[in-house]
Formats: sequence, structure tokens, C-alpha cells
Amino acid sequence: MSIIIRVVLPYHLRNLARVVGDELPLDVAESPVTLGAVLDALETRYPALRGTIRDHDSLKRRPFVRFYACKEDLSHEPPDTLLPEAIVDGAEPFLIVGAMAGG
Amino acid sequence: MSHVRVLVGTKKGAFILTSDGQRKEWKIEGPLFAGWEIYHLKGSPVNPDRLYASQSSGWFGQVVQRSDDGGRTWATPDGSALPAMDAPPTGRCNRFLYQGEVGTHKWYDGTQHPWEFKRVWHFEPSLTDADTVYAGVEDAGLFKSTDGGVSWQELPGLRATKGALWQPGAGGMCLHTILLDPRDERRIFVAISAAGAFRTDDGGATWKPINRGLKSPYELPDPDAEVGHCVHRIARHASRPDTLFMQKHWDVLRSDNAGDDWREVSGNLPTDFGFPIDVHAHEPETIYVVPITSDSLHYPPEGKLRVYRSRTGGGEWEPLARGLPQQDCYVNVLRDAMAVDALDECGVYFGTTGGQVYASPDGGDSWQAIARDLPAVYSVEVQTLPS
Repeated sequence: MSIIIRVVLPYHLRNLARVVGDELPLDVAESPVTLGAVLDALETRYPALRGTIRDHDSLKRRPFVRFYACKEDLSHEPPDTLLPEAIVDGAEPFLIVGAMAGG
Repeated sequence: MSHVRVLVGTKKGAFILTSDGQRKEWKIEGPLFAGWEIYHLKGSPVNPDRLYASQSSGWFGQVVQRSDDGGRTWATPDGSALPAMDAPPTGRCNRFLYQGEVGTHKWYDGTQHPWEFKRVWHFEPSLTDADTVYAGVEDAGLFKSTDGGVSWQELPGLRATKGALWQPGAGGMCLHTILLDPRDERRIFVAISAAGAFRTDDGGATWKPINRGLKSPYELPDPDAEVGHCVHRIARHASRPDTLFMQKHWDVLRSDNAGDDWREVSGNLPTDFGFPIDVHAHEPETIYVVPITSDSLHYPPEGKLRVYRSRTGGGEWEPLARGLPQQDCYVNVLRDAMAVDALDECGVYFGTTGGQVYASPDGGDSWQAIARDLPAVYSVEVQTLPS
């Protein structure tokens, strides 16, 4: 089964992955759609992003990267967290955000 | 006529400055990797169009970039920036994995802290093979790639050299200097803040601290400790690989036996605190430093930016100020931000935290700003290229 969700990357990661436009369609190809499955699919499709969102080996989220979905902050949720239905059916985008830091 | 290409890493991107052999008119290209911190760029001596760049961010970590056309185009070395899936990339060119038992080093408060990779401070391409390149990283370690930066392997013997006693300096615990011996590339010198200088004679399998003669009475409980010294930079002339010049936290020193013994050559410098040190391309006893007021005041004494040159391998120094700001100048010059070209009349270059890049086409006698308003300059490298 193919599940296409919408993902928004921060500016620098869009450039690194050479993504054109504000958001990208991502085939998760897995059900249920979890936080970890989305990140796995993203790094498989865009290997340049490996190590930039989470550690290569521990898969721990980088401290200044945040995950938002449907106005909820999922940054501290475990990888097997189910994403909201609105993300799965493409009504809402899954947001990967560089945390506010600095002035 | 030969020309020069100056590779400038800054807090917000990279810039490439080019000029002909006269070095009067300059063209500035950039920013490359805009918005990212570029700690260092360096070209291969074997293939000068092969450039390596360390791109990093507090948000998104480390990225390695490579150019094979002199900086016109760039890609991560495994091609992973390309979304095309016909040649699936590996996404491993920014994976710097410490080998074996990772262990701990000393933390600022004196406790032990686990090693954590943060960024690449310095790339040193091999003198003999364009696909071989070394990376000095924070937390301090030395990595080697033999496939053009696609994958990296640590040389873990270095951290086994009393690594538990190493400690971070104010800028972090970084391996910032890598010198390859042109006679035998199995001999490598590295310098780490704040651990000191180290040498391997077997390609990185085993290392020894080479800090005898360094004295750090204000930084270490034992001022003559074997490791723990805050070495800021080491330089050498290719024709005399056993003669090394060091800018330490405080003190300028030299060694004439490959680092086994050091002696201070600060001489008449107005202050012997500073970061970069470099050697004239054709005169092995002519060296350059930029004195900085103190460890607490990271700007030039009296607000006057002066390079100091010694033609005697240290001890006797002369200020070089023509063309440099001589009032109200409060910039710093970081450790990797000085370089020389190899033209007949040696050019000297350095960048400042105020975003200026200065060049001297006459060995330091006179200077001009070849870029004035860049972001804070982290590193400067120069390539001397045939026309």
C-alpha cells in the first residue's frame, strides 16, 4: 500500500535535499504511519538528510529540530507514535522545523 | 602567469576570491552554502580542482561537501544531494563514528564527559592521493577517508593517547591542525585544544604526545604536563618537515626535532597570545603571527591590527602594519584564518572576525583588504594555480 503524506522541511534542509517548493510528497509505504516510519522514509528518499534531523546511529532527534503535526508538538514522542489522521490522508502537512534559538 | 584562489570559510557561508599573479584586483564569489557555518575549505595538492568543505549548523549538524571543478559546483561526496534514485547514495559522508570504546574526556568542571561528535574543524587532503583526506573533528578525533569523503574511519589510536585527560578549550575540544610529512605520509602531526600536539610515525596506529617544553602555568595544575596544553596552531615549511612552529594559547615556540622538544621564541612580541601562525612559502625561517591582547581580550593590542614577522625563525620580530587598520580595530584572527601562496613573491593572507580578508602580495610588507564585509571569517586557504 502506498501512503503519500505531505512534509515541510526547513529552508536549509530543503536546499540540502534539493527539494523545490515549500513541501514535498513523501511515500511512507507503511501502515500504520508512525513518526519513525516517516523519518525512515524521508531519509531513504533523501539520504543527504541523514544525520541532519537525527543521529545516524542512535536515531536520537537533534536538539534543535522539532516535529509538529496538526498543531501538536511531537518532538518528544517515541518513534512508534501514530501520526494524526489528517497527516495520513494528506489534509495537513507534517512539519519538521528548526527550533527558535538565538535572537 | 599563475593565479591564486583564496578559499574563505565564514560563519554564514563560504566565499571564493580569485586574482591573477599581481593580486591587486579580486573577484569574490559566494556565498556558497549560505547561512551555514563553514569551518574550513581546502583543495587537494594532487588535484587542485578537488575541494573539500566542512558545512555545519547548530540545528542540523555536519554536512560534507566536495567540488571537483574548483568550486563551481558542489555535492555531498556520495552524491546524496541528488534526489535521482538511479544511483542510490549512501548518506554516510557525514557519519563520523568514533571507533571502539568511546570513553570519556575531561569536562570544563573537571568531571568526565563522553565523547560526542559535533563538527569537522579542518580537512587536510593527502599530498599524494586526491581521494585521501583527513578530518580533524570536535570532540577531538582524527578521521580518514580514502574514497574522496564518501565514508570516514577514525584513527582511534590518537584518543587512546591519554584522551581521558584532554579537555575542551573555550571554543570546544577540537582537533584543528593536521600536518602531513611530505617525505613519508605515515608521519602525521596534529594539534588539539586543549590537549596539545601529537605525532604518529605509523599512519595513525600509534601516537605520542609531543609537548615537552610547553609550559602552561595559568591553565594547568602541572605547567609541564604531558597533555592538556592549549595549542592553537602548528605550521611548518615543506622543505624542513622536522622544524615546527607553534602558536600556543600563550607563547610562540619552535621545535627542530619533529616536536620531541620545544623552546619558546616569543622574543620581542608585544604579546605572545594569538591564534594563527604560518611560514613563508620560500623562506623556511620566516614566520608570521598575529598578536592578540590576551586570553581575556581577543583583539589586537592598542586597537592596532599588526602582523608580526620573524626572519630568524622566531626570537626577533618586526611589526607589519602598512595597509592594516591602526586605530579602533577590535577584531580577532582565528587559528585557521591565515595562509600563504607560493608565487615567486610570497603572498600572505588572513581573515578576521570582523569579516575582512587582508592580502599582502609582498611577503607582509604591505596589505590590502580584498574583502571587507563578509561574515566572521573562520578559515582562509590559498591555492596557487597555473594559468
